[in-house]
Amino acid sequence: MNAGRTIAIGLMAAATLIAGCSIQPWVKPYERERLADPVMKFTRDPLSDKHREHVFDVREAAHGATGVQGGGCGCN
Amino acid sequence: MAQRCLRALAAGGDRPACAGGARLAGLLGGVLAAANAKGAELPEDRADALFHLYDGGGVTALGPAVLIRKSLFDQVSLTGSYFVDMVSNASIDVVTTASPYHETRKEAGFGLDYAYHDGLISLAGTHSKEPDYTADSVSVDVTQDVFSGMTTVSLGYTRGWDTVGKHGSPRFSAPANHWQYRLGVTQILTPRWLMSLNLESVSDDGYLQSPYRVARVFGAAVPEHDPSTRTGHAAMLRVIGDIGSRTSVRALYRYFWDTWDIRAHTVEAGYSRHFGDRWLADAYFRYYTQDHALFYSDNFKIEETYMSRNRQLGTFWDAGPGVKTSYSVGRFASRFDIKVDAGYQWLRFKYSDFTDIRTGKLYSFNASVLELQVSATY
Repeated sequence: MNAGRTIAIGLMAAATLIAGCSIQPWVKPYERERLADPVMKFTRDPLSDKHREHVFDVREAAHGATGVQGGGCGCN
Repeated sequence: MAQRCLRALAAGGDRPACAGGARLAGLLGGVLAAANAKGAELPEDRADALFHLYDGGGVTALGPAVLIRKSLFDQVSLTGSYFVDMVSNASIDVVTTASPYHETRKEAGFGLDYAYHDGLISLAGTHSKEPDYTADSVSVDVTQDVFSGMTTVSLGYTRGWDTVGKHGSPRFSAPANHWQYRLGVTQILTPRWLMSLNLESVSDDGYLQSPYRVARVFGAAVPEHDPSTRTGHAAMLRVIGDIGSRTSVRALYRYFWDTWDIRAHTVEAGYSRHFGDRWLADAYFRYYTQDHALFYSDNFKIEETYMSRNRQLGTFWDAGPGVKTSYSVGRFASRFDIKVDAGYQWLRFKYSDFTDIRTGKLYSFNASVLELQVSATY
């Protein structure tokens, strides 16, 4: 019974994956003009990002996942 | 246009991010097959000159920074950067255990981006030097547009090598090594909304403490001793949306956890809009909070193997609003689009388990961050 249930769940998962493969892009290229506006960028200035990242990196324990790279320092 | 939309994010120093999981794997399986054959676009050519200032908690750090990016042969883009931090340090750690000091940190960076079909391969390196600390790093990132440009997937790796020194002890030299692994996805949700999910793991090994800082045991100062290994993980979700009139709103949340038992949350919300053809303004608010590390104490009751009174590892929060304005000056020499930016952020830091031993009260301070920048795109 348990094996049957596991197989059924596996088949449903496989069906979900196959369904995922059939998803078509739903925002056409000609509909993306607004996304190119500067106000739609998560960040705009790499130097400013780097400085801001550095300010927090040397004062907070958390770091990473911000997409900004930088060298280490001993400036706590 | 799709690639321009998403590639522009990468050009801004943002690595589109992503998550794993079977559903995503299925989605990507399909979209990889559906990806079109257009070429990827390189980040925009630009030159930036920045003056930056941080002032708070007895520390003033200021200096210039420059960045130049230039593409070659339509497929390669080179970047060079130089960042200077002139630090006057009279922080509470310094004034209660040593004498205020001045020093300069200089960081040089280079980068190479190579566009190949719908992908972008980026190599980068940095070298940072200050009198008692040097840090070198190299990184590689691969970004790929899929799903007809609606999704951008990225993978990245950075290796870092630091050497810790000590003023007055020329023989003191200790290594610290770092490994960073990144995974991300940026997804167009609708014609007006974008989201990204970034995951990053960082492993550190070596001398991860400060040769100057002390811990307290029954009020007596003893050298701090941190573990020599640490692994941290961060997951960040960002959403940005156009709400009309060339105006956008955005929000992010990041959760961080590590093997030192630190748990941290970062939340930020922002608003951006154009005023006329030349002005662009941003306003945002950022909040951060964290719990202390396992081996952190304001004043240990018994002597332990690992002991730290580094307030960066303590329990605290910081928060504050920020504003930024950009003014497009216009085109010069028929080629250079000039832009001037000014940004300011106010911050409040408040500690829950770090005492100012001069007053006996819990420590807190305010800080200001200022940035002035001139940019040219060409």
